[in-house]
Amino acid sequence: MGRYLKFLIVGIFFGIILVKSEAVSWYRIFEMFKFQSFHMYGIIGTAIITGIILLLLSKQLKLKTIHGNYIRVPVKERGLPRYIIGGSIFGLGWALCGACPGPMYILVGTGAFTVLIVIIGALIGTLIYGIFKNKLPH
Amino acid sequence: MEYILQPWPWYISGPCFAIIMFILLYFGRSFGMSSNLKTLCAIGGAGKRIEFFKFNWKSQRWNLVVVLGAIMGGFIAHNYLSNPINIDLSQNTIDDLKSLGFENAGKSLLPPELFSWEAAFSIKGLILLLVGGILVGFGTRYAGGCTSGHAITGLSSLQLPSLVAVIGFFIGGLIMINLIYPILF
Repeated sequence: MGRYLKFLIVGIFFGIILVKSEAVSWYRIFEMFKFQSFHMYGIIGTAIITGIILLLLSKQLKLKTIHGNYIRVPVKERGLPRYIIGGSIFGLGWALCGACPGPMYILVGTGAFTVLIVIIGALIGTLIYGIFKNKLPH
Repeated sequence: MEYILQPWPWYISGPCFAIIMFILLYFGRSFGMSSNLKTLCAIGGAGKRIEFFKFNWKSQRWNLVVVLGAIMGGFIAHNYLSNPINIDLSQNTIDDLKSLGFENAGKSLLPPELFSWEAAFSIKGLILLLVGGILVGFGTRYAGGCTSGHAITGLSSLQLPSLVAVIGFFIGGLIMINLIYPILF
């Protein structure tokens, strides 16, 4: 159990930040897709800029993981259709239920139990993808 | 304490997400929340029939622990670290939502018009939440990641596929909000 404790703490931190930043709110997602506030763009923008800096620094300093390997981000597979079509389908759902796969769980923690319906839907969607994966253009 | 109870500004919370991504990389893992949906399908036995779910899900237990923590974090932040919710939405958003039939925008995290028990278990509400979930689940797996995997991790590491995926997120989102919402609500 000890080796999982650090992941539990990361998760708690993640949940708290998503709630306190209001990024778990359906309203904030609506507002973002309407381009009516800078809030969500500020969050995503500063996250990316900070991420770029952290990754460049870790490369410069040759930082290693706890397992002793260099810190490395998994490389995304090449392809176009999967990213543009899959991304758009995701966007439709994200804007409809205002929750992406992290906030879904966090919202349940805030007591919004009807979000479990969204989670069940997401599991069904994942299952459908698994079934039709080989028939889809990637 | 008052600062903690207030909503946190974007320039505090944004960098925190990058730090979470980085901590997970330091632990030798990568930040990706949607992978848990695949893991849960595998735990449910989907691997018996579908090749895609045939993998050693036990290697993904750490990510489920992150989810467990996230649920706890949501509980803690909402119950102990927040003033009564009053999201400072732009006036245009409040007006637009009103014209779609959403009253009191920003007084709660989620609109009761969609997520109250009553709304969620009406036929229309149930279909909307379920279909929304299906689109998220299918889309994220097809695109190979969601907001955490593509928008944060992928863009931070300057990967082109993630940029394309994020452009896709916005194409879908803009279609939903601007073209489909007026039909639905």
